[in-house]
Amino acid sequence: MGNETKDHAALAEAFIRDEERVDWHDGALWWIRQKRDIASRQIPEWEALREAASRIKSHVLSNLHDYLLEFEANATRNGIRVHWAADAAEHNAIVYSILKEKGIRQMVKSKSMLTEECHLNEYLIERGVDVINSDLGEYIQQLDNEPPSHIVLPCIHKRKEEIGEIFHEHLGTEKGVSDPTTLTRFARRHLRDVFITRRAALTGVNFAVAETGEYIVCTNEGNADMGAHLSEVQIASMGIEKIVPKKAHMGIFLRLLARSATGQPITIYSSHFKKPREGQEMHLILVDMGRSRQLGRPEFRDSLKCIKCGACMNTCPVYRKSGGLSYHNTISGPIGAILAPNLDMKKHADLPFASTLCGSCSNVCPVKINIHDQLYQWRQVIVKEGYAAHTKVLGMKAMAWTFSSPGSFSTLGKAGRWVLNNIPVAVNNRFNPWFRQRDMPEGPKESFSEWYARNHRPGGAVDPAPKASSDLQSIQPE
Amino acid sequence: MSARDSILAAVLRNQPALSPLPDLSPFRGEDRDLIARYAEIFAGIGGQVFRVRDLTEINALARSRFDADRRFVTTLPELGEPFETLSATVDPHSFNDVELAVIEAELAVAENGAVWLPEHRMGQRIVPYICQHLGVVVRAEVIVPTLHEAYARIGAGQYGFGAFIGGPSKTADIEQALVLGAHGPITMTVFILEPTTVPTEPA
Ligand code: SF4
Repeated sequence: MGNETKDHAALAEAFIRDEERVDWHDGALWWIRQKRDIASRQIPEWEALREAASRIKSHVLSNLHDYLLEFEANATRNGIRVHWAADAAEHNAIVYSILKEKGIRQMVKSKSMLTEECHLNEYLIERGVDVINSDLGEYIQQLDNEPPSHIVLPCIHKRKEEIGEIFHEHLGTEKGVSDPTTLTRFARRHLRDVFITRRAALTGVNFAVAETGEYIVCTNEGNADMGAHLSEVQIASMGIEKIVPKKAHMGIFLRLLARSATGQPITIYSSHFKKPREGQEMHLILVDMGRSRQLGRPEFRDSLKCIKCGACMNTCPVYRKSGGLSYHNTISGPIGAILAPNLDMKKHADLPFASTLCGSCSNVCPVKINIHDQLYQWRQVIVKEGYAAHTKVLGMKAMAWTFSSPGSFSTLGKAGRWVLNNIPVAVNNRFNPWFRQRDMPEGPKESFSEWYARNHRPGGAVDPAPKASSDLQSIQPE
Repeated sequence: MSARDSILAAVLRNQPALSPLPDLSPFRGEDRDLIARYAEIFAGIGGQVFRVRDLTEINALARSRFDADRRFVTTLPELGEPFETLSATVDPHSFNDVELAVIEAELAVAENGAVWLPEHRMGQRIVPYICQHLGVVVRAEVIVPTLHEAYARIGAGQYGFGAFIGGPSKTADIEQALVLGAHGPITMTVFILEPTTVPTEPA
């Protein structure tokens, strides 16, 4: 559910206290980023694929109304029952009513960030329906009563010894067992029983094809299929932005998705669900939950192109060093920080500030979302709407100034470099937590306010963010 | 207004001016060394590949590599004993004790190692997921360079369900340590069938 009182900086501070863990987390994610680089370099037309994917998604967003109707008509013709939900409450009520009608009190669920956002599990459990997350990482997070910390690697912040302890406590494995293969085999046996006994299965949706009315679910574990093909009631929950026009477009997206996510050539399973199995019921819920609103914000619209590969998280220096849970939102990292303020600007006002604006996220994004530009633009909106404290305004101006003229770092020399690393700390400790427990350079001889007043041109508006992110690569705190 | 109507109205109100779709025609793979490229990629993702001339060879490999005292099922009756031809109508739960399932792919993709299996090739949807070990017969001529050629051949497709499967079930959720056999098969073996095999090396 996130923490209502603590912001990203405060939560990150707790995470970075364990330096050994931070270093491991940082390294593990960077390793995945490197696997992504290797995989992408094996495709000579990689950049053309990204461009095509981005343009297909732009096209979809520009014609979403008609594509939703086309998808609905074709899916219905295929025997899928299509439902619409404006928000989490409507979505959860639909799922519950489907289960209730069948007298089903146990459901198995594969990975779905949307249902996490809707807090579906809590809702169903309150109504006496037991839900088990079957993706291994999500299962571990559920046992430990935590939300996923990463959209692709839900328990990446946990060490194997901690997972061994969770298994010992909840599943009765021997104390001290932490070997990943042993633990995975144990979970396999346990969850096999779950799959065999559940009458209902819910999956997320990666893509939905307007032309054919089918939807595609990508997993590596095979858990979505184990649940779906053994169930008598299959439910799929999807955001309305997941549409692609034609099946041929899947060639573009599936070539990009797994390579961007983990460096694999394709996810092990890319399942195309078109019709229910003989005797089975298949439901699909189209969920808005703020997406149509985001569609109407020109500067943030492109965030709806996201295919949830997680590459922007793996590459983000702030994410790697602060951990996904510090974002107190289901979708964490850079993409979470541009999606969350649309859902609740006040609650998530801190997230767009959890970035160095280095642009690494935008550089790896397979659908070319200008993530770091949007982070910068959210800061301005949040300030204008009055959701940032005065100190944040100052911090943002300072950051804007710093990043707007990369050349000034070198000319300003030591002072410029110090500002780059420490302005947020100097303004307010909330902004730059990933440096806080590190060795700090010597402080300046004058206060920041003095320095700011002396160096900033008076009355200057907030400068725009730099466009050429490559210029900024060298200042990533690597 | 219903949720459907209000969502559609909001989308219509907020969507930007129409932008064009890109041209996909430049995206196509190279049509050379498909068998070798496929085999290399598939082995790289943790699969096993055998190049065989006929089903008798597959039967022998299956017996020698898997526990033939357990249940073997197939959609290919020509595979013979100890394979049982699987029924498309029994309760899918009844496959929970399958040790090895051997089915035939409609297509295979050299660039990513995946095979395309529409449901009639699976026998039942659950089969390639619930078995402990999966074997897939790939006729050499159905290997295509990339997903673009695969989707072009699939077209609309008559299936109710179909899947690309590219290797044994896997997870790396515990400290990024790769474990094969998460929920689905622990191994996946592809038998590339080349009935008219001529020596690949020039004489
Ligand atoms: S924003 Fe881009 S890089 Fe980040 S998860 Fe979405 S598609 Fe991947």
